[in-house]
Amino acid sequence: MILVIAAIVVWVFGWWLNSRLASGPQADSQLVRFLAPLIFGLTIIAAWELVVRGLDVPLVILPAPSAIALRFGDSLPILWADFVQTILKGALSGYVIGCGAAFLMAIAVDRWDFLRLGLLPVGNFVAALPIVGTAPILVMWFGFDWHSKSAVVVVMVFFPMLVNTVAGLREATAMQRDLMETYAATYWQSFLKLRLPAAMPFIFNGLKISTTLALIGAIVAEFFGSPIVGMGFRISTSVGQLSLDMVWAEIVVAALAGTAFYGLVAGIEKAVTFWHPSQREQ
Amino acid sequence: MKQVLAVLTVVAVIVLFWYGSCIPMNIKGALTELERDGAEVQPPKASARRDLGEFGLVLNNAFAIPATWDQKKPRLPSPHQVTIELWETTIQKKITSKRSLIYHGWVTLSATMLGFVIGTGLGVLLAVGIVHSRVMDLSVMPWAIVSQTIPIIALAPMIIVVLYSVGVQGIIPKAIISAYLSFFPVVVGMVKGLRSPDAMQLDLLRTYNASRSQGFWKLRLPASMPYLFASLKIGIAASLVGAIVGELPTGAVAGLGARLLAGSYYGQTVQIWSALFAAAILAACLVGLLGLIEKSVLRRMGMAQ
Repeated sequence: MILVIAAIVVWVFGWWLNSRLASGPQADSQLVRFLAPLIFGLTIIAAWELVVRGLDVPLVILPAPSAIALRFGDSLPILWADFVQTILKGALSGYVIGCGAAFLMAIAVDRWDFLRLGLLPVGNFVAALPIVGTAPILVMWFGFDWHSKSAVVVVMVFFPMLVNTVAGLREATAMQRDLMETYAATYWQSFLKLRLPAAMPFIFNGLKISTTLALIGAIVAEFFGSPIVGMGFRISTSVGQLSLDMVWAEIVVAALAGTAFYGLVAGIEKAVTFWHPSQREQ
Repeated sequence: MKQVLAVLTVVAVIVLFWYGSCIPMNIKGALTELERDGAEVQPPKASARRDLGEFGLVLNNAFAIPATWDQKKPRLPSPHQVTIELWETTIQKKITSKRSLIYHGWVTLSATMLGFVIGTGLGVLLAVGIVHSRVMDLSVMPWAIVSQTIPIIALAPMIIVVLYSVGVQGIIPKAIISAYLSFFPVVVGMVKGLRSPDAMQLDLLRTYNASRSQGFWKLRLPASMPYLFASLKIGIAASLVGAIVGELPTGAVAGLGARLLAGSYYGQTVQIWSALFAAAILAACLVGLLGLIEKSVLRRMGMAQ
C-alpha cells in the first residue's frame, strides 16, 4: 500500500515539476523542451514500477520495468539475433527494394501522363488497404525465412512511396520549368537539377512513412510462419509461454529500432533538404 | 473521361498480368493433376520436369494453360476463381453461416468500429488537452510523435493474451488494439488542426472579448475539421489492420483475420485471397464513407475547395 501511495506521490511530484517548468521563465528554452518529456517518461516508469510492486501484479499481466530491463540485459544475444533477422535482413532489404522500385516507377509515371492518370488513383486506393493481409500468401510463396518478410515489406512500402514521389515530382512550378526550357535543358538535365531537388521533401516524407510500415510488415509477417529466430516469432512464442518480460524486451527493441530508423532518415533529410523552409529556421 | 479510361486500362493490365502470372506459378501442380487424369505430359518423367523450370514446362505443355486457371488449390488463384469464391461466400451463403464472408466481415467490422470510436474520442480529448495546457504539450506531445515511428502493432498478441488471462475476451481486446492504432494519428492530426487558426484570427476573437471556450467552439474546432478528417481516414485504415492482426494470435474462429490464418494453415489459397479482397473492399468502403461525410460536412461549413 505504501508503494502505491509512493507512486501517486511520484506522479504528482513529476507533474508539479513539469508545470513549474512549463510556466516558468525558461518555458521556451531548448532545455525545457528536452527535460519536460524526459521527466514525464521517467515519472511513468517510476509509477509503473511502484504500482506493480505495491499491488503484486503477476508477471503474466504486467512485468515491472526493472524486470524488463533485467531480461533485456540477460538476453542480449537473443535480442541481437532477432534484430538482425527481422530488422536488418527482413525490413531493411524490403525497404530498399520497395522504395527503390517505387522511385523508378514514379519517374515513369511522371513521364507519361496516361500512366499518371491511371496509376495514381489505383495507388491511392491501394495505399489505404490492409496490405499486411498479403503476408500469409507471400509466406507461402517465398518460404519461412526473411525473404518472405522482405517481400511483405516491399508490397507495403511501394504505394505510399510511389504516391509521395509522384506528388513531389510535380512540385516544380511552371515558371521554373520554363526557365529550364529557356536554358535548352534536356529532360534529364531539368530532372536532375530542378525537379528531383524540388521533390526531395516529398520523397523524404514517403521514406519516413515507410520506415514504420517496414517494421510493421516484417514483424507481422512473422506471425504467419518464421524460422526460430526473429522479433515477431519471439513475441508470439513468448506470449504463448507467458514470459511477458521477454515480450516487453522485444517491444523495447522494436521501439528503439523504429525510432533510430526514423531518426536516421530524418537526419539524412536534414542534410539533403537544408534549403527547405521547414528545415531552415533553427 | 480520360481519367476513367486510364484507370480502366491500368486495372485491365493488372488483371492480364495476374492471369499471365498464374501460368508459370501453377503449371507444376496443374501438370501433376493432368497426368493423374491420364493426359500426356512432356517430359513424362517427374524428375525431368523438376529440372526444366516453370517456363520450360509451359512451352512444352501449352495445352495445360487453361488448367492453370482452374486448379483446386493453386499457388496463385486466378481472378475469376477469387471472384466466384467472393460471390459464393457473400451473396449465396446465409449470413449466419460460418462460411459467409459477410458474417466474418461483420465480426471484424464491429471490432474495428468500436475501437475506432474509442480511439478517436480519446485522441480528440487528448488533443484538446494538449492545445490548452502547456504542460501537456511539453510533456505528452513528443511521446505522441515518437509513438508514430514505432511498430506498436507488436503489442497486439500480448494485449490479447493478457486480457484473456484476466477474463476479458471477444470483441474488447480487438477493439483495444484498433483503438490504440487509431489513437495516435488522431492526436497528432487534431493538434495540428486546432493550432491551424493564425494569429490574426485569434487576435480578432480577442478583440471580441471571446472567452477561451468560445474561441474553441467558434474558431479552433471548425478550423480543425479538414485535419480531423484527414487523420480519421488514416485512423480507420489503421483500426481495420489492428482488428485483423488482433484475430491472428489467439487462433480466433471468426473474423477476416481468422479466415486468413485458417486459409494459410490448410493451404486454401482461394479462401485467403477472397478474405484479403473482402478486407480490401471493407477498407475502401470505410475510407470512401468518411470521404463522403468529409465532403458534405466541409461543404456545409463552407470550407470545400
